[in-house]
Amino acid sequence: MKFVKWALAAAMTMGLGLPAQAEAPFKAAWIYVGPVSDHGYSFQHDQGRKAVEAALGAKVKTTFVESVPEGADAERVLTQLARDGNKVIFSTSFGFMNATLKVARAFPDVKFEHATGYKRAANVSTFSARFYEGRAVLGTIAGKMTKSGVVGYIASIPIPEVVRGIDAFTLALRKVRPDAKVKVIYVNSWYDPGKEAAAAKALIDQGADVLAQHTDSAAPVQTAEERGVWCFGQSSDMTRFAPHHLLTGIIENWDQYDVAEVKAAMNGTWKSHDTWGGLASGMVKLSPYNPAMPKDVVAAAEKTRQDIIAGKLNPFAGPIYDQSGKLVVPAGKSLTDAQLLGLRFYVQGVEGNLPK
Amino acid sequence: MDHLTAILISVLLAAAPLLFAALGELVAEKSGVLNLGVEGMMLVGAVCGFAVTAQSGHAALGILAAALAGMALSTLFALLTLVLLANQVATGLALTLFGVGLSALVGKPYVGTPLQKLPDLPLPLLSHLPLLGPLLFDRDPLIYLAALLTLAVGWLLARTRAGLVVRAVGENPEAAHALGYPVRLIRLACILFGGAMAGLGGAYLSLAYTPMWAEDMTAGRGWIALALVVFSTWRPGRLLLGALLFGAFTIAQLHAQALGLAVPPEFLAMLPYLATVLVLVLISRDAARIRLNAPAAIGRTFHPDH
Repeated sequence: MKFVKWALAAAMTMGLGLPAQAEAPFKAAWIYVGPVSDHGYSFQHDQGRKAVEAALGAKVKTTFVESVPEGADAERVLTQLARDGNKVIFSTSFGFMNATLKVARAFPDVKFEHATGYKRAANVSTFSARFYEGRAVLGTIAGKMTKSGVVGYIASIPIPEVVRGIDAFTLALRKVRPDAKVKVIYVNSWYDPGKEAAAAKALIDQGADVLAQHTDSAAPVQTAEERGVWCFGQSSDMTRFAPHHLLTGIIENWDQYDVAEVKAAMNGTWKSHDTWGGLASGMVKLSPYNPAMPKDVVAAAEKTRQDIIAGKLNPFAGPIYDQSGKLVVPAGKSLTDAQLLGLRFYVQGVEGNLPK
Repeated sequence: MDHLTAILISVLLAAAPLLFAALGELVAEKSGVLNLGVEGMMLVGAVCGFAVTAQSGHAALGILAAALAGMALSTLFALLTLVLLANQVATGLALTLFGVGLSALVGKPYVGTPLQKLPDLPLPLLSHLPLLGPLLFDRDPLIYLAALLTLAVGWLLARTRAGLVVRAVGENPEAAHALGYPVRLIRLACILFGGAMAGLGGAYLSLAYTPMWAEDMTAGRGWIALALVVFSTWRPGRLLLGALLFGAFTIAQLHAQALGLAVPPEFLAMLPYLATVLVLVLISRDAARIRLNAPAAIGRTFHPDH
């Protein structure tokens, strides 16, 4: 059956496809690990696809496949998309990495864009965002807003990406409020609303009056709203879950990147490369500030944001002390990208031990 | 509200959805039916409860809808296992898979929609009691319902004729049939009750615990409910204890992390499950006890003509 379909498709391309090729739209495809309705990670990647459609109109034809499990299924979907004549394929989950590289070897003419991975090939680019830059802005705001000096942080799993966020947040927080502490709870899942809510309650019960999160559900901000403490959103705009107490949040924005890459592929200027964009490139954005935020807090947040964009401020510039008080990065130096990618220590101000 | 009360309240709320679902499953299992579809029925209950509440603006309607939705899904299970005599284990597993997909489909338009939390309903006089008042009598209506149903199920199963008949059907359906009891009708009633309770457990999550709909939001609680039934050796009193214990471990591990205790979070996350296994081992040492309580005909299909 499959062979028949394939043969038919091949015959169609050879026999009927050629005359129309001059006007045929350029085909690009996206595959997502979650449903596009998740209002989080996959939703934001799909916004990128829509941006490509908006920018290039009838010149492109986009396709997407959602909720693709990582592993063998991903390979099958990627192969199918490549066979269908897509010239650029955005493979948007870390777990698609090996499948992407394998399929890319079989289709050297197709360009692959893999999000958050680290393996590249002649026709595989990687891209990711420096979310920690956004978290530095959140830390600045938290430092201004906390009264108790205790900030709660609901984390998913102890990997460098998450630790980087905690450290950037804490460093910025303690620049504003040197005695502030960050209490971290790992819920061991990216997504468990019940557990995230319970973690938020535990942190509030232990004196936290500002909550940050690195998990995907809106349960923590909902709990913060209920208990009347400040909070930050994650992945997409969560304002409607905490209209009074959500200060701002990090939003992923792939629109410009996706459009640029598709354009490059159309013009033949596409090259395999690694992109790690932050606030300056627009890959990381902040959701609108809460109108209840005092003017000086908005000003401090904006200054941090603008300084990072202008390259005047590096969130990981020294002096950085670790939890034991040891100087890890002296003044005048900062952590390199390679060090950031493998970051495995907490900075001073984070409570508890980093699980090894 | 002091720190301890706050923690105890968190424990109580974490236990509630488990208690609902497990109580329903306990009754079904007492009648000799093992329904592994709890997780699926919870999810369908959660999404229907949420959708109806969001559309109508009445939480009471949502709660009713959740119970009915859970019941509707369990009807499918009843049809397959009671009428078509399908294997209960396989049917239950299929029911969970079906429920996961169905709830995601139904819930699509509701992802990312906020909802007013089910309001707390302080009971007059009782809520002013020291310590116990704020802990037990200043909660949302579903908590009271869970407590009442636990008492009711305990009493019904142990002290009434109806309970005796249900147990007889679960112990020896052939004998119950010979005595003239409608075995399949009784099992149907117990399955439906189980479905309604799982639906309520799901509704507790989507209406009170974290008032939102999110795909797969039960995150495995249906399976924990199933384990709790065995843990309780089919006794509602112990079931309540087990649900609270499980809630306590869950909450305690979060607090331990926030206090900065040097224990890996993976280990702490494992604790509630470890505790369940431990208690199961402890109880199992007394095999006679388990056998005394476990329904002898559990998981076996029954047809009067066979």
